[in-house]
Amino acid sequence: MSAAVHAQSGFGAGGGSAAHVATGGLDTTHGVVLYLDGITVSFDGFKALNKLSLSIDVGELRCVIGPNGAGKTTMMDVITGRTRADSGTAYFGQTIDLANLSEAEIAQAGIGRKFQMPTIFERLTVAENVELAMKADKRVRRTLFHRLSSEERDRIAESLRLMRLEAAADRPAGLLSHGEKQWLEIGMLLVQEPKLLLLDEPVAGMSDAETERTAELFLSLAGKHSLVVVEHDMAFIGKIARKVTVLHEGSVLAEGPMQQVQNDPRVIEVYLGR
Amino acid sequence: MSRLYGARGWAILGACSLVVFVVFPLLNLAVPPEHPLHLSAFWVTLAGKIMCYAMVAVAMDLVWGYAGILSLGHGLFFALGGYAMGMYLMRQIGREGQYQSDMPDFMVFLDWKEFPWHWWMTDQFWWALLLIVAVPGLLALVFGYFAFRSRVKGVYFSIITQALTFAAMLLFFRNATGFGGNNGFTDFKRILGFPITTPETRMALFAITGAALIGTLLLARWIVTSKLGRVLAAIRDAEPRVMFCGYDTMHYKVAIFTLSAVLAGIAGALYVPQVGIINPSEMSPANSIEIAIWVAVGGRGTLAGAILGAGLVNGAKSYFTVAFPEYWLFALGAIFILVTLFLPRGVMGLLEHLPGASRHPSSTRRGKTA
Amino acid sequence: MRILLIALWLAASPAFALDPAAVEKLAFGDSDEKIEAIGALVAGGDPRAAELLQAFSDGEVQTSGKRVLIVRGEEGVDAVTGEKVAQLPAEREDVVANNRLRGAIAGALAALKLFSAERDERLAAARELSGGADASILPLVRKALEKEADPDVKPLLEMTAAAMELKGGSKESRLAAIRMLGSSSHPNAKSLLLEAAAAEADEDLKLEAQKSLRAVDGRLAWGEWLGLGFAGVSLGSILLLAALGLAITYGLMGVINMAHGELIMIGAYTTYVVQGWMRDAGLFEWYLAAAVPAAFLVSGAVGMALERSVIRWLYGRPLETLLATWGISLVLMQAVRTIFGAQNVQVENPAFMSGGIQVLANVVLPWNRIAIIFFALAVLAAMWLLLSRTRLGLYIRGVTQNRAMASCVGVPTARVDTWAFGLGSGIAGLAGCALTQIGNVGPDLGQGYIVDSFMVVVFGGVGQLAGTVYAALVLGFANKLLESWSGAVIAKIAVLVFIIFFIQRRPQGLFALRGRAAET
Repeated sequence: MSAAVHAQSGFGAGGGSAAHVATGGLDTTHGVVLYLDGITVSFDGFKALNKLSLSIDVGELRCVIGPNGAGKTTMMDVITGRTRADSGTAYFGQTIDLANLSEAEIAQAGIGRKFQMPTIFERLTVAENVELAMKADKRVRRTLFHRLSSEERDRIAESLRLMRLEAAADRPAGLLSHGEKQWLEIGMLLVQEPKLLLLDEPVAGMSDAETERTAELFLSLAGKHSLVVVEHDMAFIGKIARKVTVLHEGSVLAEGPMQQVQNDPRVIEVYLGR
Repeated sequence: MSRLYGARGWAILGACSLVVFVVFPLLNLAVPPEHPLHLSAFWVTLAGKIMCYAMVAVAMDLVWGYAGILSLGHGLFFALGGYAMGMYLMRQIGREGQYQSDMPDFMVFLDWKEFPWHWWMTDQFWWALLLIVAVPGLLALVFGYFAFRSRVKGVYFSIITQALTFAAMLLFFRNATGFGGNNGFTDFKRILGFPITTPETRMALFAITGAALIGTLLLARWIVTSKLGRVLAAIRDAEPRVMFCGYDTMHYKVAIFTLSAVLAGIAGALYVPQVGIINPSEMSPANSIEIAIWVAVGGRGTLAGAILGAGLVNGAKSYFTVAFPEYWLFALGAIFILVTLFLPRGVMGLLEHLPGASRHPSSTRRGKTA
Repeated sequence: MRILLIALWLAASPAFALDPAAVEKLAFGDSDEKIEAIGALVAGGDPRAAELLQAFSDGEVQTSGKRVLIVRGEEGVDAVTGEKVAQLPAEREDVVANNRLRGAIAGALAALKLFSAERDERLAAARELSGGADASILPLVRKALEKEADPDVKPLLEMTAAAMELKGGSKESRLAAIRMLGSSSHPNAKSLLLEAAAAEADEDLKLEAQKSLRAVDGRLAWGEWLGLGFAGVSLGSILLLAALGLAITYGLMGVINMAHGELIMIGAYTTYVVQGWMRDAGLFEWYLAAAVPAAFLVSGAVGMALERSVIRWLYGRPLETLLATWGISLVLMQAVRTIFGAQNVQVENPAFMSGGIQVLANVVLPWNRIAIIFFALAVLAAMWLLLSRTRLGLYIRGVTQNRAMASCVGVPTARVDTWAFGLGSGIAGLAGCALTQIGNVGPDLGQGYIVDSFMVVVFGGVGQLAGTVYAALVLGFANKLLESWSGAVIAKIAVLVFIIFFIQRRPQGLFALRGRAAET
């Protein structure tokens, strides 16, 4: 197991050059990779996010929890450009204002996202799924003339091995089990070589063994990448959590180490009260 | 080469080329008319016409079968290409029209003294070629840019392309627009100086159309087997995921939509000199939807299926409209219904007896499956 | 001068007999003198003048020497005294009336009718005179005006008098006429004033005429705007009817039904069939009472059959639904063509739907359009009540919002789908029934409405009933407004292009939910 996890250490260091978005690289001189300040999003008067402020340090693994409707998914939507904030600012590093970028540009700048429901390309093969996600020049013309180099083939194979999907490489991804799809999506995220990973309920539908492996993978990624994990599975959170943020009604209710948050009377009330 | 087709694929393509470039010319030109094997002008024109339809079908399959964009504007692009060619053909008539004027008959009839601005240079063949590519291409580029930038997709996109086509049809029906109103363009005499109805010219047009169809097919095949093709398929299956992978999907959609429109325009330009007429009814919304059903009959996302479907449906149409004209619309309607209900993968799906590998639960049904 | 003469005649004419000099002029004078004589004769208001003039125009007036006779068959009457002539003289000559004279006589006879006791007869006479009459009868018109009190007849007479004054009156009377025309709302006032402004030699009067012209223009413009507004509301109500059914099937259920137009067409043909039956039963005037429910039921039944047989297998696959329902539309169209023929069929308005009300001189609101506006409102209200107040409505809303949950709490979702689709189709049938009252009924009827009704639903915001209503009205107005500037085709193109761009700016339509659910 640990061999497989270590084998992927090449991913984070490998890339970092050919991104064509003119962001001039990510400036994290103050040690902060993501900075949200006073983000408000309302849908027809309902405030999904209410002056949410949050900052993620470089290399941090942050767990975000909260009851349904607390705004976890909306927060990810704002960070990845899927939803625009009504007010507030969102910065990636010191210089990149996320409000000005499209989803694709944000992805190229180095933010990867896994959806709540596993979204993969069901009618493409598993290997093709990874190929499409892999860091490359993603403009139309380059894509048309692109041919897989042997180095890229190696990286696809490596990624599939890490995700334990080698055997399924040439099968349509739609035939994978739910847990395998989750893994494929995580694998696709990693070959994108993101600096920040947003993971929305990554272990939903996984077996215990798969969950275990996922926890180990995330722990090994922290440090090289920054991770934000949204999860309902408290056992999983307990395994990986260092710092936990609790969202409630669109803003931060509590933040701190797992122990401290768990004993916070306000958090207990939100989860158990009413 | 091997990426495009396997040995069997190339063999079939070679056989088809042989029919188009050797068998047809021989039977039509070399065999004397009274011989039973002689192929009459009727069949040459019919086959040429169907090959033009097949080109549009391939273009449609690129956007619909691969990228999942159902355009109901391809009839418009086809007609625009046809009109661009038609303008050149009208200028070629010279003074041989009813009124023996330098102007086309319909302009004389409307008492116009000079050509409207959009007829500028249309007596030049190279300019006509440019218009054939540029007019549908630019329209698709601009329209696609605005539509895809605003994330208009699915049925919405279909409906607004239909509205666009409908608006264009109304526009072309007006005499004042300068495209001959109801009657459009007809009574062509020459193309590039050659008389347009002689068997030789006909056969040349037929062969050029065949070459264009094969070229279109190979180009489309090259695209769909490239990484670009896989990105398009990915957009069809899960567009948000593609965006979060860092692809600007709008550019991809605009690019394939524009390319497809250009191909449709070229098909229209080849169609007009062979059938000898172009009028606004080519832009009716019904025509655009029919293009979609050719593709569906053949099998979406297969390219060859698009050609097959165009051939089958139009072959049936030619037969029915002669044999039982009043039943053709029943038959066409039934094709629409039955293919969507019972043949989601079209005729190609029937032909390929592939193992379940390529069959999987891609479409989730609402309501009934539970 | 002429007026003076006529005034003299007026004073001189004896009550018991026609003025012999006038009769003589009528019989022997040249055309001008004859016309003068006609004026003189009618000025007296004697019924016998009418008799003489009628006889003259019928070619029954003859002369014998100096005598003027009215000859019918073998009997003769002296035109002056009215006495019977015992022995008709052998030598008689016809007095021939040319067209100009006939016109003058017609005017004169009409003028005489202005004194009738019957209001309708006076109104008819006034209408005839307002079309243009010889100035010779002006005194008579004035006299009639003094007595006239009817609000319909009086303005017409004022118009007529003013028109005559303008041609031959004194400066004062011309001025009065111009002022009067300036305050008139009759459609002819404008052309009379235009004429006066062009022909008038007197500068003061010319200015006055232009002033009056502006006033009339202003009022006519009002009428035009009112007419435009009505046309907009009318078109809006038609679009609304056509789109309301779609607002259920597409807006709420998400089924893209390209055969919607054909369901409208079926409603129209049902109306046609019902009309035939009711005519045979002698109840033609009441056929709409039967046709409205029949159209609803027939289209609704066809819609439910379609849902059961085809559409239900395609839920969640909108593009396939589009193609399959297009196929259905082809089949339905061809079926109607086979049964009823490719030609348009005739649906007539019942009597109470024909004609209209005149609100301004230049604005007539046709009854059939007014009826359709109210019909659309009634259908809208009924649909709203059904959706918000009944159990079926509750089920439909529940199923369209959360199918799984509705199914869990025991709502028979499949059956609700069928009923909801039937409801939308039935409303399409009602639209078809309404359309028979204003346009042609043919197999292609629905094709003309399919693009429009989708535009209405999409423009209003899918799933938004209120949006559909506003969108129908906005598009109706916009279409009519543009039409008045640029013609119908360009207007339609402009509206389509506008919607295309609008949707691209605002894909969710005028009214839309914003949120996660709306974005997927």
